[in-house]
Amino acid sequence: MPYAKALRCRECGREYGLEPLHVCEFCFGPLEVAYDYEAMHRNITRETIERGPNSVWRYADLLPADPAYAVDINAGFTPLIRAKNLGEHLGLKNLYIKNDCANPTWSFKDRVVTVAATKAREFGFETLACASTGNLANSVSAHAASAGLEAYVFIPSDLERGKIIGSSVYGATLVAVDGNYDDVNRLCSELADKYKWAFVNINMRPYYAEGSKTLAYEVAEQLGWRAPEHVVAPMASGSLYVKIWKGLQELSKLWLIDSVQTKMSGAQARGCSPIVTAFEGHTHNIKPVRPNTIAKSLAIGNPADGYYALQVMEESGGHGVASEDEEIVEGIKLLAESEGIFAETAGGVVISGLRKLALAGKIAPDEVTVAYITGGGLKTQEAIESALELPLHVAPTMASFEAVLGERTQARETAAAV
Amino acid sequence: MAKQRVKFTFPQELITLPIIYELGKQYNIVTNVRRADVTDDRGWVVLEMDGPIEEIEQALEWVATKGVRVDPVQGDIVEG
Repeated sequence: MPYAKALRCRECGREYGLEPLHVCEFCFGPLEVAYDYEAMHRNITRETIERGPNSVWRYADLLPADPAYAVDINAGFTPLIRAKNLGEHLGLKNLYIKNDCANPTWSFKDRVVTVAATKAREFGFETLACASTGNLANSVSAHAASAGLEAYVFIPSDLERGKIIGSSVYGATLVAVDGNYDDVNRLCSELADKYKWAFVNINMRPYYAEGSKTLAYEVAEQLGWRAPEHVVAPMASGSLYVKIWKGLQELSKLWLIDSVQTKMSGAQARGCSPIVTAFEGHTHNIKPVRPNTIAKSLAIGNPADGYYALQVMEESGGHGVASEDEEIVEGIKLLAESEGIFAETAGGVVISGLRKLALAGKIAPDEVTVAYITGGGLKTQEAIESALELPLHVAPTMASFEAVLGERTQARETAAAV
Repeated sequence: MAKQRVKFTFPQELITLPIIYELGKQYNIVTNVRRADVTDDRGWVVLEMDGPIEEIEQALEWVATKGVRVDPVQGDIVEG
């Protein structure tokens, strides 16, 4: 905390105190936390970090919130898995999966919300709020419960019941808003102006977004204090992708790792791919779109950090890659069948994108590559249900079992022959 | 009186039309542009609208019916 020194406008560079602000009062550009890197360099070492807890809070010195106020349900320090089977399938010899399904509410959102909730408590807010269709709502509700804060979660009124339960179980107040996504966006923007609440991705956004840097810190530490050579990460608003890059750059700036040569590739669903479409069109002009994809957790048609994501893609030499819904389902299955990890649709987007990049030769076979899986598949089971084999139905006899098994074996052999 | 900060995104066919000028004439609001980027195939403008809340709401509805996309300045707020 003592190292965060100001909020700085990413457009005009004006600085503000560390307050619950998110846009520059002069140009309305987004604000970002600025740090005293010289002081950090003097005091932060690999050893000071390694002595910390096995959660994102081991990196407290690199985050803009005071750990004394930590709202900590143990987010982060998730496994980095050497994906030998998937790597063999894709012709990649050094492939790793960062499995963020292992977070307390089963998605990477716990990283950003723990920072936002901590900052909210530090500022003296009594209510945590967000607008979400899934992962963010779950995480805000859980952290608010742990902190004893009130929680308001705004959802589109047509949201599936299953997605509501993962938030309401924590005691949050859910508000179903009639109207489309644009209406919910606008209402929440107005509410954030009027109510003295900590809206995690509005007035808390500069702090909230910094939590994603821990995805970079952890991977570098887990690789033995080095940056990967290639990253494939999902892009919704583009914030996570940009912050992974910022996190790696910071570690290098603090001499905790060597210089960063990481190619940053970003994956989107074709049904909501404003950033990849701009990349493919060789432009930094993002055209907002109306999302139409099964990857709901990435369905942000007007990405706040899209422009900055394109800058990172260009600067790092990475690629933008988009996948159709059928390919996303194949990606989920491929990861599950090869590595035993059941990812949500955003994970399918990443694995499908990884596969495309590998097949196109855009990832070299020897490159140390990390694919970020940001959420667990139990939340989006409906997306793949129809693509899975039905159970074998048998009578409770050995004969029935062996007959049915034989039929299936034969059917598989016939299909393979075709 | 109220203030609202919004981002207008104009499709190609609306770029040459004086929509922000007409907005100020038709409704009792003051528009204050802070940032903008206009090319030959699309454009966006970040601005503040100042006036009675009902007038701002009507103005935003009018501009949306013209085919302009209206978003909060910070981009989409609803996240997955």
